[in-house]
Amino acid sequence: MSRNAEPERDRHPLFVPLVVAGGLLFGFGLGLSRMARPEVVLDFLQFEDFGLLFVLGTGSLVAGVAFAIGVNFLDSAPLTGRSYARRLKSFDRNVLAGGVVFGVGWGISGICPGAAYASLGIGNYPILLAIAGMFLGAYAQGIWRTYRSENDATAAVNAD
Amino acid sequence: MEPLVTFGELFPYGIWRYAVGGALIGLGTAAIYLGTAVPAGASTFFESTLSYVSDLPRFNRAKYVASRDWRVAFTLSIVAGAAVYAVGFGDFGWTTRVSWWRLLGGGFLVGVGTRIGKGCTSGHGICGVGSVAPTSLVNVATFLGVAIVTAQILQSLGVSP
Repeated sequence: MSRNAEPERDRHPLFVPLVVAGGLLFGFGLGLSRMARPEVVLDFLQFEDFGLLFVLGTGSLVAGVAFAIGVNFLDSAPLTGRSYARRLKSFDRNVLAGGVVFGVGWGISGICPGAAYASLGIGNYPILLAIAGMFLGAYAQGIWRTYRSENDATAAVNAD
Repeated sequence: MEPLVTFGELFPYGIWRYAVGGALIGLGTAAIYLGTAVPAGASTFFESTLSYVSDLPRFNRAKYVASRDWRVAFTLSIVAGAAVYAVGFGDFGWTTRVSWWRLLGGGFLVGVGTRIGKGCTSGHGICGVGSVAPTSLVNVATFLGVAIVTAQILQSLGVSP
């Protein structure tokens, strides 16, 4: 097992409390910023209220400072022993295809995962439909990609 | 001479809530990252949680199984944090008027898209952009542009809310 997939029993006792504290701030921020309301996101996408630019701006700025501090000045994280790294994902056409599909979904619903959880917290129970849709979508892509990779493997074996 | 657009037209609800709310979102991410070196995204929760109920190897990779418990805690605390806000600011009980098919169908596409595209508004948008990661910047520009076009098409078709 890799260092980045540490089993439960080795976890620092403050790990989950810190995640909970971070999640509370995260959810409070999503509520205060009004991003937990699909209508506010749709107003932004329809150029009726550009406030969401400030949410994405200050959010990534504050997180960016933490990433810069961690990567440049700290050795390893106190609760996991992991070394600090920027969030880098490899680029391939899935990044573009996924961005397009997510964009269509976001434009239709005004809802993204974090904001959907927060929306439930402000009592917006119809958002359960969106969360159910997200689970169905995540499940469907898992089935489809498994099927596709099995077919690719079969095709590779059968090719002369 | 009148300006072409006024501040009030661009930001009819002001900016402080957006700016402060965004900073708190960033602060939550920053706290988790500085303590654990984990860039916390919100959408991995779907795959990691599906590992409880599905035998599909795709959902049972080590990184999902190892993180599924704390991801449940993270998600529940996002719900709780928003509830604290809503009660504190007298905003609790607000419900959306967006149609059911937009929530369900749009949610489905969000579920597909964030998983294929390796992240969402928090993973790519907050953590990835904060990391000045080229992959995330491309993904964010893509979903932002496509979402704007989609929402404007729906609006022009008279779909509201």
